[in-house]
Parts: sequence; structure tokens; C-alpha cells
Amino acid sequence: MKKVFALLLALTMVLGLAACGEKPAEEQSGEKVITIGIYEPSSGANGAGGKKEVLGIEYANSVVPTVTIGGEEYTIKTFAVDNQSENDKGVSAAEQLVSEGVAIVLGSYGSGVSMAAAPVFEEAKIAAIGCSCTNPGVTLGNPYYYRVCYLDPFQGSVLANLAKDEFDAKVAYVFTELGDDYSVGLGEYFTQECERLGIQVVADQNPAGNTDMSGYITAAKAANADVIFAPTSTTVASLLIDQAAYAGIPLIAGDTWDDAVILQAATKSGADVYFSTFYDEGASQAAAEFMSGFQGWLNANDDKLANNGGTDTVSAVSALGYDAYMVAVEAIKAADSADSDAIAAALSGVKYTGVTGDVVFDAEGDVDKNIIFIKGVDTEKGEFYSVKEQGLSK
Amino acid sequence: MIKKRSDLKTIVIGMILIAVLAVISVGLEGVAKNVKGLSIMMAVMKKGTVYALLAVSMNLLNGFTGLFSLGQAGFMLVGAYTYAILSIPVAKRAGVYQYYDGGIVNFSIPEIFSGFLGDTIGPVVGMLLTLLICGVLAAFLGWLIGLPALRLKSDYLAIATLGFAEIIRTFIQYESFAPLTNGSNTLRQYPTFKHLYPYVIVVGLCILFIVLLVNSTYGRAFKAIRDDEIAAEAMGIDLAKHKMLAFVTSSFFAGLGGGLMAMYMSSVQAKGFTSAMTYEILLMVVIGGIGSISGSIIAAFLFIGCSEWWLRFLDDSANNIAGMKLLAPGFRMVVFSVVIMIIVLFFRRGIMGDKELPDLFKRRGKKAGKEAVGE
Amino acid sequence: MADILQASLNSLLPGISVGGQYALIALGYTMVYGILRLINFAHGDIFTVAGFVMFYAVTAMPVYLAIPFTILVTVLLGFSVERLAYKPLRSAPRMSVMISAIGVSYLLQNLMWYITGGQPQQYPVIPWISDNIQIFGMETKRVTVITPILTFVLVILLVTLIKKTRIGMAMRAASRDFETARLMGIKINSVISVTFVIGSFLAAVGSLLFFSNYSTVSPTVGTMPGLKAFVAAVFGGIGSIPGAVAGGFLIGICENIIRALGYSTFSDAFTFALLILVLCLKPTGLFGEKLEEKV
Repeated sequence: MKKVFALLLALTMVLGLAACGEKPAEEQSGEKVITIGIYEPSSGANGAGGKKEVLGIEYANSVVPTVTIGGEEYTIKTFAVDNQSENDKGVSAAEQLVSEGVAIVLGSYGSGVSMAAAPVFEEAKIAAIGCSCTNPGVTLGNPYYYRVCYLDPFQGSVLANLAKDEFDAKVAYVFTELGDDYSVGLGEYFTQECERLGIQVVADQNPAGNTDMSGYITAAKAANADVIFAPTSTTVASLLIDQAAYAGIPLIAGDTWDDAVILQAATKSGADVYFSTFYDEGASQAAAEFMSGFQGWLNANDDKLANNGGTDTVSAVSALGYDAYMVAVEAIKAADSADSDAIAAALSGVKYTGVTGDVVFDAEGDVDKNIIFIKGVDTEKGEFYSVKEQGLSK
Repeated sequence: MIKKRSDLKTIVIGMILIAVLAVISVGLEGVAKNVKGLSIMMAVMKKGTVYALLAVSMNLLNGFTGLFSLGQAGFMLVGAYTYAILSIPVAKRAGVYQYYDGGIVNFSIPEIFSGFLGDTIGPVVGMLLTLLICGVLAAFLGWLIGLPALRLKSDYLAIATLGFAEIIRTFIQYESFAPLTNGSNTLRQYPTFKHLYPYVIVVGLCILFIVLLVNSTYGRAFKAIRDDEIAAEAMGIDLAKHKMLAFVTSSFFAGLGGGLMAMYMSSVQAKGFTSAMTYEILLMVVIGGIGSISGSIIAAFLFIGCSEWWLRFLDDSANNIAGMKLLAPGFRMVVFSVVIMIIVLFFRRGIMGDKELPDLFKRRGKKAGKEAVGE
Repeated sequence: MADILQASLNSLLPGISVGGQYALIALGYTMVYGILRLINFAHGDIFTVAGFVMFYAVTAMPVYLAIPFTILVTVLLGFSVERLAYKPLRSAPRMSVMISAIGVSYLLQNLMWYITGGQPQQYPVIPWISDNIQIFGMETKRVTVITPILTFVLVILLVTLIKKTRIGMAMRAASRDFETARLMGIKINSVISVTFVIGSFLAAVGSLLFFSNYSTVSPTVGTMPGLKAFVAAVFGGIGSIPGAVAGGFLIGICENIIRALGYSTFSDAFTFALLILVLCLKPTGLFGEKLEEKV
């Protein structure tokens, strides 16, 4: 009897929820709607970063809520799914977007999930614009994937040049996360450029879940490293910063470190931290406007502020989310159609000047950004400051 | 193995069932293509099918033989990597193994087969063969691990297999093996089954095999070991041999399932295959009923459906009823885990207990009939 | 050789510190296992929850109140997990209870994601124990030194409790033979509750020390230390208190030495390999009692 009951319970649960699931579909008749899908993690290892990217997109949506297609005004809706930062969960999340009939997709934070979803979007003929997925594999061989950020080969090389120019490094300690393609990939490109520049590299990898970083710091010290290059997630970063502070070796990192978590960790410990980022509020008029507008929007709503980690520090990924949304709107305008395939075709020709720089796609779907903003942490004041704009040396 | 008439009957019914399901899945796919909002269903069905095999293969060990193993993710990992490594087209290897000059494997089994079997049949044969290799490699690894591990008792076996899975993951990520495994980086762009029906057919055949195994003399020996090891030994059952057989078989199907999983995900990365994945499969087995194959299958679909489809609206704060702030990212997983806890605590025997679906259609009191078919 | 010696010395101190924290968590595992024969998979998550509670507590109250508050909340959590998730399954097969433990772990992790939003948080600075000091030319936090000392003090207290008090006697009886203990009039449920209370208390203390040293709290941060502490418990012979402590220190030190030698990729794998080796050679661990097979 119990089993029959359990079965019935399961069935009612399923049916009930399926019925609930239909609810968001209701819309007022008459209003024309075009949906932009957001494929981002809001849980899992990259959940915190994903949420910030979504915030940038939502803010952009509040700035430009409509688009005109064929003389008619369409309201732009966003529909977000959570890919849980995991490749196997990402596939169904991407399919959910396809099911919702989105016109174009934005995201994701993290290259792995983007690569996992690429075939789904390709199959459905929906273009996707990556915001902060920097691995070359995201667009390579995936004709429907584009992105508005620079790539790891460029970022890694630039950071090696930074080590050379700013710190006159002879020895660099490269610290990456085992099993993380972003971290290992960026470390690889950094190492390649170091070899070209004549910087000696000592490397080690941290297995996931380990929290004791003192061994690495000791090793870096023993190797007489002038800089530690640590392209890691924010979780590992704050552990590392805490313990690197004793050693007095400056830390260099990639774009993930542009985050309030790093600010807190570095301010508390007094560590010397530098990282590359996509966006600098002082770089252009548009960037400054974005910053003040976004902060005002965040502070007006407690939930949004909580999703940003409880502070109004603007993360670069939010700026990228904003740009990606704007590029998507430009593509819809250029296509003059709500059909996803037409938008995808128009996307490759879009030219747009965003808050993170110019967006012009090459054949692969990447943008050619030749300058990277370097920021540091001012541990006295507890805020980020712009160090310089770094390019490649000849 | 096929000796009795009842086995023959099982095979015939099983084959018919697989054929019917394959036809239905083709039909479903046609419907999903034309109805807005159903393509998610196809993804859920694909993943559910793969997980059905994984859950059944775990049930064979945990439910039928009473060996508490938590190494499933490790064997899946081996299968998934084997599939990806052996089937990435040669032309795409340079892009995938971007840091390792295209890696050291310079062939692709599906491509080799399309060389002499033509472009329509060749790749499919190649992919199926690769899947088989996934299973064989995982089974071999299972045998290696089983040699020391199977001497351990219940919880110790669980923790040892969990440990082995972690060790396998570390080796795959190890930088020195990267020309083979691509290290920490993603493997992708290998051929996959685009439609649902190949998944259904492959998984169906595998599960049919497991059903036959469970109903054979081996299966009865497994259950005897589960119910009372000492008594089973006294009855003349070779414990070591039968435990190993169950372990290797389970590893084989876990590896094959891993290969299918790689297809479903269309990109493989070792960091996803953690103990959390094993726990998910274990929970499916428990929800379905420990010792029930049809239960595992049903539970796999329910589990995947709930976690990846029906409950998604719980994550969307736009669905909040006025003033309530409950719905937010992450709430889906909370609700889901509460549901699981309720099942674990109050429906301890799961959906099916240790009965199979056909048993439900039989009238109560006809115990004799049940013994002939199910038990 | 000299290199190895130097590396070993450098990694000894953090190794001992980590080992002490593993030991404190491992005690929780080993006591529960000793009595219930249950691998309490949720223990590592209880440890993490303690970290988050502390993080939120200091925003509302001064540190000297936040610490007892955190310990209290953690103990209550451990107690209620036992009452809600394990007690109803007392007569069920062992596998069901273990699965329930996995379920609780899953639930706690998801709850933490939901409540905290997955943002890694900076653990509050606890005055004095987080200060930097110099030892053998190495700069480190005071907590590194305190951890092993505190661990030993707590273990001595615990052993006294088990050996000298009535409740300790009841615990020993329950772990020796559950059924007979019940027949002898021991209130088995309260013994089990006390076990969970002590285990959670130690996890809370462990979490205070751990996060003072590694100051980032995120929902999954407790998984690995939890798993390793469990390995430590098995290693020392599950159910044995000195065994758990020895196992904790041994694993902490070995791990750090391996890392210092440049094989950090394999530091986790090594822990598990060691475990499997010990299990195969001496299935009940280093200090474990021989288990009689019940027919």
C-alpha cells in the first residue's frame, strides 16, 4: 500500500510541478515580446561570479528594455537558467533556453559550461555571446558562439609582460588549480610568454578542495620568485592572498580576481595584489556612466545588492554582461527580425563600442582587444585602483 | 546463461520492449521538434536514459549483491575519457589538445570505420565499438581495484572505492599524462548520438543483459551473498568469485554509461566526476528501491526530471508570489534535497521496494507466480 | 637529502596544525561510528555550517559572545540532525542510515548555497589567536601553535569523560554491544545524542581553528577536510579515540611533506592510497579493535 501511495505522491508531485512550470508562459496579449536567454551559473563553484554577470545583463535590460523590429516595438525579456557551474547540468539548462524559444543567449561565466552548451545552441541555430569565458575553445569550431571578452592566450602573454615591465621579474612562480581548464590554460600561456621574455618559471598545481597554501608560498620563496602568478577562482584566491601576505611576494592574477572577495581578503592581510581586468571606469565616458548608473541601480534594490555580494563594488563581469546584452540588441536591430537564425547571421557583422572597449568580431567570433586594464588593491583605503593599461611588448 | 524457457521469454519481451521504446522515442522527438517548449524534454530523456543504466549498474552491486561501493564516478570517468580520446576526429585534435600539439593519439575509431564501411554505417559501428571499449577498460580497472578492495567489509569497501575514484581522477588530471588525457582541459568535438533512440537501444540492451544476469544462477548467488554472506558460503557459493563478477560487471556498465554520458555532455572534463555524482546515482537507487531494476529506471527519470526540468521555476525570483522572498537561485536544490530526505526517511523502501514493474500487475496472494518470474 | 630535510621541516609546522584540525573532526566521525556503525557523511558539512554561523554571528555580536553562540548552534544542529535523520532509521539496515547521512550532507550543502548565495566569505578575525608570530624563523599565525595543544587538551578531557563518568561508561557499553547495553537499562538514545553533541562540539572548535588559519568559508569547503578526517579516523582504527588523533596528525604531516616535495597533484590521491593500503594490510586500522563477525 505504501508503495502505491509513494507512487501516487510522486505522480501528483510531478504533475503539480509540471503545471506550475507552465505558469511563466502567460503573457498579456497584444504586447510583442522577444526573449534573451541568460545561461549563467547561480550555484556551484562559479555561482557568485555568474550572479554578477546576470546583474550586468539585468541592468542593461533596465536601460534598454525595448527594441524595434520591422517598425514594431518589442519588449525585451530576459530568461535566466542556472547551469550550476557543471558541464553535465549545463546541457539541460541550455535546452531549457531553447525550449523557451529565446532569440539569442548570453553567457556563461566559466568556459567549460559554455563549451558544453555550444552544440545545443548550434543545433537549435541560436547564437550565444559569451561574456567572460576566455578559453579559446569556446568559439573555436563553434560557429554559433561569440564573445565580447579577450582570450586567454592574449591575457596570459600580457600578464607575463606585466611581470617583466613592472616587477622586473627573473623568476615567476606559476600556481594553478588542478582540473580547472581556465586556470591551467592561462598558466600555460603565461609560461609560454615568460620563456620568450627570459623569465624562469617554477610551477605547481593545487588539487581541488585543498585549503593549505603555505606550502606553495614556501616553495615560491625558496625559488626566489619575484612574482606569483595565480590565475585561480576567488575561493582559492582569498586563501592564497591571506598566506602570501607574509612572504611579501606580489601576486598577479587573471580576470576572475576583479571581485569584492579579493578586495576584502587583500585589505585584511595587506597583500600586494595585481590582476588583469576587462573594464576600467576611468577608461572612457561610457565606462564612467556605466559605473555610476549600475551602482545606483544596485543600491536601489536590496536583493540585487545581495547578489552582488553585499557591496556596490562593480565587477568587470557585470560590465561584460552589460556589453554582451547591448551587442545582442544591436544584432536584433541589424537582423530586423525576431528569428534566432537571422539574428545569428547578423551578429557577426555587429560593430559596437561598449563600456569594456570596442566589439568587432573576427571570423572565429572573438573580439580583438589589444589592451588589458591592470588593477591593484590599495590596502590602505580598501579599494581597487587602476595601475596601467598593459599591452604586449614587441 | 540462456538455459531456461523463462530466459528466452525475457529476451523476447525485452527486445520487443526496446523496439517499442525506440519507436516511441523517435515519435517523441518528432513531436518535440514541432512543439515549442519541449526540446528540454528530449535532453532530460537522454540524460535520464543514461542515468537509468548507471543506476541499474550501481543497483546490481549495492542492491543485488549487497556490496556498498561508491566508486561509480571513477568508472564513469574512465569510460567518458576513453570514449572521447578514441573518437575525436583527427582533424580536430590540434584544436582540442591545444597545449599538447594534438596529443599522442592519432586516430579516431569512428573515422577508421567510416573508411571501410562508408560514411553512414561506419561512424555508428565505430562509436558503438568505442563504447564497448569504454566498458571493457572500466571492467579491467574494476578487476584491478576489486583484487584488494573486495576483501573489505561494507563501509570499508565504500570508503576504499570512494578513494579509488578520487585517485583515478587525479591521474587523469596529472600534467604528465596530458598528451593522452588533455590534463585539466576539456575534451570535446567528438561524434555523439544526436537522437534519443540510439541511447534507448544501447541502454535497453545493457539493462536486458543485467536482468538476465540477475535472474540466472549467478544472480541468485548474488542475492544469497547479500542476504547472508556466511550462509551463502556455507551453501558452497564462491564468495570471492561472485563478488568479483558483480563488481566487474557493474564497472563495465558504469564505464559504458560514462561513454554515453560523454556523448550527452558533448564535452568531458574530469573535475565534474566527483563523489557528488556517485551520491546522486546512489540516491536514485534508493529512491527507486534497493534491489529493483525497474525502480532504478523510474527513479533515474524522476530524479533527472525534477532536478533539471520541473523544479527549475523555483530558482526564478520572478515567480515569487507577492511579498514572498522564498524563490531565489538555489531554492530548487533545497526543495529537491528535502524531497529526497522525505523519501529516504519515510519511504524507506523506495518507489518499488524490491519488486519489479511486472509484479505490480499480478494479483496479491499469487506468490508462486511471482517466484517464477521475478525472484 | 638536505633539501628533503629542509622541506620536511618547513612543512612540519603547517602539517601538525592541519593534522590537529583533522583530528578534531575525526573524533566526531570515530565516536559516531563507534556507537552507531555509521559513517556520518554530514559531519564535514556541520563543520562548514559552524564556519558560516561564526561569520554571520560576528556581524550581530562581539567576538567573545559569537564563539559560544557558534558552538551552541553547531551542537544544536548536530543534535537535531541525529534526532530527525538518523533516529527514525534505528532499526533499518545500515546502508539506509548511511544514505540518510549522504542526504543530510546534500541538504546542508544546498541550504548553504541558498542562504549564502555561494559567495566565499572572509572568516572574521578572532583577536589573539589570529595574530602573527615567529617560530623557528617561520612567520605564522598563533593558531598554528594553539591547534595541536588544544587538540591534546580536548582529547585528554574526552578520554577522561569516557573512562571516568557514568555517561562515558554508557557510551563504552553501547559501542561494545548495542543490544546488551539497551537490555542493561542504558538509555541508548540519550547516549547517542550525547555522542553527537560531543562530536559537533569538537567540529565547532575545529572549525574555529581551521577557519582562523584558512580564512575563506564557502559551502563546499568542508567536504575535503571532512573526507580526510574520516580517512584519518579509519586509518587510526575507527572507533578508537587515540587512533583518530594519531591518524589526523599523520595524514596532515604526510600531506604537507608530499606537497613540499613538489607532488602536490597527488597529495589527495596519496591520502586515499595510504588508506586503501592500511585497510588491506590491517582492515581495522592501526589502533582498531578486532571486530568479531556476528552471525
